[in-house]
Amino acid sequence: MSTDAAALRATQSVLNIPRNAEGPVFGAPWEAEAFALALQLHDRGVFTWTEWASTLGDEIKKAQAAGDPDTGETYYHHWLATLERIVAAKGLADAAVLMRTREAWQRACARTPHGTPIELRADDFEN
Amino acid sequence: MMQNHEEHDHHENGSELSEMQLRVRALETVLAEKGYIDPAAIDVIIEAYETKVGPHNGARVVAKAWSDPVFKQALLANASEAIVALGLMNRVGDHLIAVENTPRQHNMIVCTLCSCYPWEVLGLPPVWYKSAPYRSRAVNDPRGVLADFGVALPADTAIRVWDSTAETRFMVLPMRPAGTEGWSEERLATLVTRDSMVGTGLPKNPKDA
Repeated sequence: MSTDAAALRATQSVLNIPRNAEGPVFGAPWEAEAFALALQLHDRGVFTWTEWASTLGDEIKKAQAAGDPDTGETYYHHWLATLERIVAAKGLADAAVLMRTREAWQRACARTPHGTPIELRADDFEN
Repeated sequence: MMQNHEEHDHHENGSELSEMQLRVRALETVLAEKGYIDPAAIDVIIEAYETKVGPHNGARVVAKAWSDPVFKQALLANASEAIVALGLMNRVGDHLIAVENTPRQHNMIVCTLCSCYPWEVLGLPPVWYKSAPYRSRAVNDPRGVLADFGVALPADTAIRVWDSTAETRFMVLPMRPAGTEGWSEERLATLVTRDSMVGTGLPKNPKDA
């Protein structure tokens, strides 16, 4: 399926994806990355959009209960929380592995001078 | 050609990613390692949205600067403040500096990390902007890079390359094309391309617009 067709299916199946007349719009590059990750996992049959919409709805409710302003600006925060929850629930990557990798990226960033691409090394995973 | 490495104010104390960027990277790394996603396919999807990220108001900012000398002065003094004051967006990355093209000096911007691209104004960086060949050649051979983009400048126009830092981002204010006297800001904005604000291109020819 082409990207456009896949994105169209996603926006039809999942309510409230920020969009204009031509399709989804993003507030920052990481939001587009998070969108692309979900699109590809869906393509591979990891979840259905119905499943996704219900988990995302649940994440949004949880965030609102915790004081999320619900202005639409935090939409992809919930999207990302949904991704993390679904990949854990499906046994693709658990929370501990994701946290360890996140910390490794943080170490890689800290040691990488600006102007050089950030790359992960094995020793970034050591504490 | 003006090319001076002291002008390259690198940030030497490491780079920074936001919490959100770190979480997305962690997911992508783990899922790619296990073969659940293909990073190249992710790039293709993101590329499809290259122009759909951020408020993308650079063209309107440039058109305004061409039409309104007071705004132009404010933009060159403090681009972040001037753009926020226009009411086009709530915030612009920490320190946005607009550099003005003149008949004597052409400006180009370069950086490796997409986080250092003024995406709030220009949208997502094109793939070539992040590529190693562009980075190194923009610094060593800016005139050659411009030639690859089909831009030939007069020999006496100096080229200055601005290397973004973690704190400072740049956008180019291109020269207003001749033959656009009396044009509205809206019409002028149609001439302003992304590449003209990166410095790898010039505004469109008014005759072709």
